Amino acid sequence: MDKISFNIALFSYLLASMGYFVYLVYRRPLVATLSGGLVALGLLAQTVSIGVRSSITGHGPYTTSYEVAMFLAWFMVVIYFLTEWKYKIKDLGAFVIPIVFFVMLVSVFLSKEAGLVPESEVRFWLTLHRTLSIIGYAAFSIAFAAGIMYLIQEHQVKTKKLGIMYFRMPSLEVLDDLNFKVITIGFPLFTLGFMTGSIWNTKINQAFFSWDLVKTMPMVMVWIIYGLVFFGRMATGLRGKKAAQGAIIGFVAVIGSYFLHI
Amino acid sequence: MTSGPNLVLVGVNHKTTPVEIREKLAFSQVKIEASLEQLVSSPEITENIILSTCNRVEIYARVENTDRGIQLLQDFICDYHGISRGTLDQYFYSYCDNQAVEHLFRVSSSLDSMVLGEAQILGQVKDAYSTARSFSSTGMVLNQLFEKAFNVAKKVREETGISERGVSISSAAVELAKKIFEDLENHSVMLVGTGEMAELAAKHLISYGVKTVYVASRTYERAAALAQTLNGCALDFDSFKEEMHRADIIITSTAAPNFIIRKEMIEAAIHKRKNKPIFLIDIAVPRDIAPEVNELENVYLYDIDDLQNVVNANMEERQKEAENAMEIIKQEVTKFNNWFTTLDAVPTIVEMRNRAEEMRALEVDKTLKNMDHLSPEDKETIQQLTQSLVNKILHKPTINLKKKTQSQDGHVYLKAIRHLFHLDD
Repeated sequence: MDKISFNIALFSYLLASMGYFVYLVYRRPLVATLSGGLVALGLLAQTVSIGVRSSITGHGPYTTSYEVAMFLAWFMVVIYFLTEWKYKIKDLGAFVIPIVFFVMLVSVFLSKEAGLVPESEVRFWLTLHRTLSIIGYAAFSIAFAAGIMYLIQEHQVKTKKLGIMYFRMPSLEVLDDLNFKVITIGFPLFTLGFMTGSIWNTKINQAFFSWDLVKTMPMVMVWIIYGLVFFGRMATGLRGKKAAQGAIIGFVAVIGSYFLHI
Repeated sequence: MTSGPNLVLVGVNHKTTPVEIREKLAFSQVKIEASLEQLVSSPEITENIILSTCNRVEIYARVENTDRGIQLLQDFICDYHGISRGTLDQYFYSYCDNQAVEHLFRVSSSLDSMVLGEAQILGQVKDAYSTARSFSSTGMVLNQLFEKAFNVAKKVREETGISERGVSISSAAVELAKKIFEDLENHSVMLVGTGEMAELAAKHLISYGVKTVYVASRTYERAAALAQTLNGCALDFDSFKEEMHRADIIITSTAAPNFIIRKEMIEAAIHKRKNKPIFLIDIAVPRDIAPEVNELENVYLYDIDDLQNVVNANMEERQKEAENAMEIIKQEVTKFNNWFTTLDAVPTIVEMRNRAEEMRALEVDKTLKNMDHLSPEDKETIQQLTQSLVNKILHKPTINLKKKTQSQDGHVYLKAIRHLFHLDD
């Protein structure tokens, strides 16, 4: 059951990615609506998949890297829908849903074995750590998409070569604002995730902070990048192109470190 | 097509006819009303609509006979304006049925306009239609045709980019401003110099919601006067440089021989603005703003040539979109045509009668087979009896169907008959 619904979700996201791309280039409203429907179907199937698996393993989707990837993809779609609803930028789908698909695809190759469930106090911190971080990452994925769209749009306005994307993509202000808002949500959550992770570390008898170059340092890098974007905006008005670049570099770092960290 | 509705269109437009002729052919509102009545009183014409704009004069009509109808409409236009047929013949175009439908769809979707994709024409077509309707000079066919034309225009507008791109300098500038700032309402514009183009662009921006306007000019009086018309505030020419950070959009149009705005000035302004973007529009020739300014981040500088290039590219793009629009129109013409052909009552009546005759013959044969005791004369009488029975039964429906197909909901009757008699199996 969880496998079938996983596959439904995977294919829905694939088709929706292609649909959003078609919409981006050919502007067929029907295609965008269909893609939206496919994403909703994918989310539903994925919810079923996660639910079934959780009832089998007896705990939430946060112990193995497979579960975390699933959970991340799920949250990305949820946050995507919220953003879509608020900002009405259908083209965002062409940038976010392919990432969702990619995360799901990667998880196909990860072990489906159930993870060990730690004792309750440790489990509490682990759950908190993973959930907070995952929502943070999901927010960052939207910032990443908004960042890419910003750079495309900015390039066109700056070089005065106004192609079709100029007309189809939202304004620089909207994209910049979206980038900032999702980082404003994502960064504190990620920070809390980081801290609860450290607490969890102490609960399994490790140091509060480990200088492990492979496991912890990439996360520190990610934190610094988003920290610069977040505090830079507040303190010095860092915005526009630099903020977009920051969001993109940050997310690339997230993807890279994910494989090292879990 | 000899029976059923014939649709014709006669007209002149900006492509076929010079303005000297067009202006003589225009129908004023009052003239239209009288003309509609005059036309529809002719036995040849059952419905008509007159579309008269500065770029075209067209009469759409449903007529009894295509050729006679076209002649009649052309004569009418000539007589009405007192111009000889010989003079006008070279300018007239006329279309019938499918082609007339396609032409109207092209017109209402603004594919036949001087400025491709302009929005005005649809309103003018709607006005022409509602005038004709209020004078009851339209009927089922033209009503359906024009309603369809409005839908097609809407579809073209929504599904192609035909009207998406500005094709004037100031509309291209407004578009850019909206792509940088989204909502112009909380944004401000500063005019440096009081050139006419700058004023026009500023007015355009204000119409899109810009509230705060600053005006600076070498002569303060001019600045003050323009500021008053734009409901803005005048600045001393020496002080505008210190105030630049307040403006989101700066439009320059001075007669200065050299650059008056340099990179370091904008750098300072953008710093004061905490990197909030600035959109600079340099309409002056020679230019007022040093081109290096565009290298600064969050600063976008367009001079007059840049804007002209944008306009040219937009024109080309509209041309491309027109091809997509034609695809939509072709599909819609086919759809309309399908509906249109169903209006012809004759084939339906023939089929209905054939069906009844088939049934009659079948039943009578079956019955007579078992009635060998009847003489051939008696059998013949029975044949005649049943035939006249069928004719009697179908007489009224036939008459009424012919009558009803001339009315608003004629196609509904045809559809019902075809359904009830199983004619579409």
